[in-house]
Amino acid sequence: MKKKLAFAAALLAASVLGGMANAKTLVYCSEASPANFDPGTTTGGNDFDASSRTVYSRLVEFKHGGTEVEPGLADKWEISDDGLVYTFHLHPGVKFQTTDYFKPTRDLNADDVVFSFDRQFDKQNPWNGDKYLPNLTWDYYTGMDMPKYVAKWEKVDDLTVKLTLTEPNAPMLANLGMDFASIVSKEYADQLEKSGKMADFSTKPIGTGPFQFVDYQLDSVIRYAAHPDYFKGKEKIDDLVFAITPDATARIQKVLAGECDIAPYPNPADIGTIKANKDVTLMDQAGLNIGYMSYNTTIPPLDKPEVRHALNQAIDRASLIKSLFQDAGATPAENLIPPTMWSWNKDVKTDAYDPDAAKKVLAAAGLTDIQLWASDRVRPYNPNFQRAAELIQADWAKVGVKAEIVNYEWTKYRSEGKKKDRPGAFQIGWTGDNGDPDNFFATLFACNAIGVSNYSSWCDKDFEDLIQKAKKTSDQGERSKLYEQAQVVFQKQAPAFLLAHSQVYAVVRKNVSGFMMDPLGIHRFDGVDKAE
Amino acid sequence: MLKYILHRIALLIPTLVGITICAFAFVRLLPGDPILAMAGEHGVAPARYEELKEQFGYNLPIWQQYARYVGEVVTGDFGVSISSKRPVLEEFKTLFPATLELSFFAMIFAMVLGIPAGIFAAIKRGSWFDQSLMGTALVGYSMPIFWWGLLLIIFFSGYLGWTPVNGRIDLQYFFKPITGFMTIDTLLYGKWDAFRSVLRHLVLPTIVLGTIPLAVIARQTRSAMLEVLGEDYVRTARAKGLSSARVIGVHALRNALIPVVTTIGLQVSTLLAGAILTETIFSWPGIGRWMVESISKRDYVVVQSGLLLIALIVMAVNLIVDVLYAVINPRIRAA
Repeated sequence: MKKKLAFAAALLAASVLGGMANAKTLVYCSEASPANFDPGTTTGGNDFDASSRTVYSRLVEFKHGGTEVEPGLADKWEISDDGLVYTFHLHPGVKFQTTDYFKPTRDLNADDVVFSFDRQFDKQNPWNGDKYLPNLTWDYYTGMDMPKYVAKWEKVDDLTVKLTLTEPNAPMLANLGMDFASIVSKEYADQLEKSGKMADFSTKPIGTGPFQFVDYQLDSVIRYAAHPDYFKGKEKIDDLVFAITPDATARIQKVLAGECDIAPYPNPADIGTIKANKDVTLMDQAGLNIGYMSYNTTIPPLDKPEVRHALNQAIDRASLIKSLFQDAGATPAENLIPPTMWSWNKDVKTDAYDPDAAKKVLAAAGLTDIQLWASDRVRPYNPNFQRAAELIQADWAKVGVKAEIVNYEWTKYRSEGKKKDRPGAFQIGWTGDNGDPDNFFATLFACNAIGVSNYSSWCDKDFEDLIQKAKKTSDQGERSKLYEQAQVVFQKQAPAFLLAHSQVYAVVRKNVSGFMMDPLGIHRFDGVDKAE
Repeated sequence: MLKYILHRIALLIPTLVGITICAFAFVRLLPGDPILAMAGEHGVAPARYEELKEQFGYNLPIWQQYARYVGEVVTGDFGVSISSKRPVLEEFKTLFPATLELSFFAMIFAMVLGIPAGIFAAIKRGSWFDQSLMGTALVGYSMPIFWWGLLLIIFFSGYLGWTPVNGRIDLQYFFKPITGFMTIDTLLYGKWDAFRSVLRHLVLPTIVLGTIPLAVIARQTRSAMLEVLGEDYVRTARAKGLSSARVIGVHALRNALIPVVTTIGLQVSTLLAGAILTETIFSWPGIGRWMVESISKRDYVVVQSGLLLIALIVMAVNLIVDVLYAVINPRIRAA
């Protein structure tokens, strides 16, 4: 018996020693399991963190921590004078990842780029439909109106690709930095097609990005290793691990216990605990989002800008924000776009709280009753529509306007709310996709968005001219000026009450360096290092 | 005996039909629309919406959708997940071992503590031990699992640092699953330290998931034991001069366990229901969490097929319990 025990103890000691490894491992406690690893087919931020931002790269990239577009796989590009033709010059010698399931025989070339986009819209492409995965919808490609703007993608030579548009569309460049625009390997796709294992394309990804896929245990752990031939240089961390941890409290406990190095989205209630802990840093940033409340500008007396201004003035916004966001905090919105976005107009200020002035205007306009819409869903830009509605209702009551709160379940809420003749004030918000101002202004308030996502049914000629011109202008400086003017018009016309841009948080252990919050809501691990 | 088993199986058929109807109707009664849920914040243009509805078959009349669903299920086709595009059955097979492993340990935990506690309480009926035990059982039975789990994590993992916060195994261990049961796989690979890590990770979720069954089993064992102890044959055994241990251990216990076996069988559904919350808190990659995430994504296919698969398992367990009951209690067979 004694012998047996001694043997077991020796074995134990040996195995503990054997378990020690010198590789530098970074553990990220992600919030949900990825649907799959093909960023063209998915829509969630957690999907993108696990696929496009780790395994893949794109023609252009967003500056780390910002929304400006910078070179990615394309070193440079030219845009024709008419704004219709984009010519991209690829970085030479970019290597795809070599794994146990794929060994590339060639570097990245124009074929890969053309294939990456063709597969998302060309019905003839075998990768477009059921042959690859059942019920594919390519949501982002269609959601960003790519079918409308893209005429064709062409290979000029191995390192040159040409994109022709149907009409000038300056935000296109930002679209190409988005996750769905990740560049995949055509060679890998061809190989899988030949071997009849097409579905593997979504579960065993191959890209040119900073990390290569190693293994995924469903709903549990994703493992990556640094891509040794990454064209921007091998990463400092050797292994990247996603420990999938859906519960926010458990996620934070894991960081505090040192079981993971970075975790996103803490509960507001835990923020105090996190701040008090000396081993971790709480990082925050105004998110690329806006919470607002749309007035239907076509129904009297809300068709008059002064009435809308008065309703805004009647709301005690500071108290409202404090009560809604509590410890998590939020940046009061002055403009539709958040201050982290280029073209944000610092001179524009939203209506100040002035119930007395509001009362006079509203009485003169004869506004006594109004519908005030609320839903049950927690959104990043508004954690509690119902509570917001109750507080606004109380503020409006003080100026003689009786608000009736209208409630619907979230999907029904939005489909009812976007109807042209929906009365009253409708609470809603937006989280940006590509960091381009067009993604806010045109998506939310263009004339052609009425009935879709223009909940104010607002079509203002001055505003429309400015944003449409900006959409067709390639020069960012010029575009920025146009959007700044558009913000002035928006403030004057007040089609909506602007609430706030919520804060986004991440908890990071102190020995981790180089991690940055990203306004686009993604989590990137390139450039991150960890002291042992 | 065979006739009895066949009779029990025949009884399952209407139950099964009822379950397919419930599973099918339930997801459709949920507010929300899978296509809008898929499209996210963007919304989807009306024309595209109709196109997608057709693609997924949601434009068909509801009875046709149901007929299609049943037709597929009968042929063993449980469909493909809307969000991950993987076959539902494949995901289920991958995840089920995790749930089964956790449930197994929770049940062992509940039995090992519950049965002796119940027996002891019955023997010492009315004592302070009996009363405090039954009081505790009542608390355990009423315990909100979600709160209980977080409380244990914050205290044992956060404050004391004794147990890992969640997950199934330390991240440093990495191997391809063979059976999907971590306790078995680590042993098959001969990795003792990994095995220990698995056990450490099992401690808190096992306690959390096992709490309610523990309370139920303790109470059931106690009352069954009390009933048996009052029987004539026990009195006879005592009168014969048998030792108290022998009377309880041999004569009383075997008879007292009959209703306890049924209770244990019935606890399987409690375990599967509890797994939904336990797995979410402990990042346990099992079917409970899978269902929760699928409901929030409005993944109709996963929800309706997952419900059906879980129901099938519960039914199978109940069938086994019925049969076992007949084996240990011959009176049932005749009835």
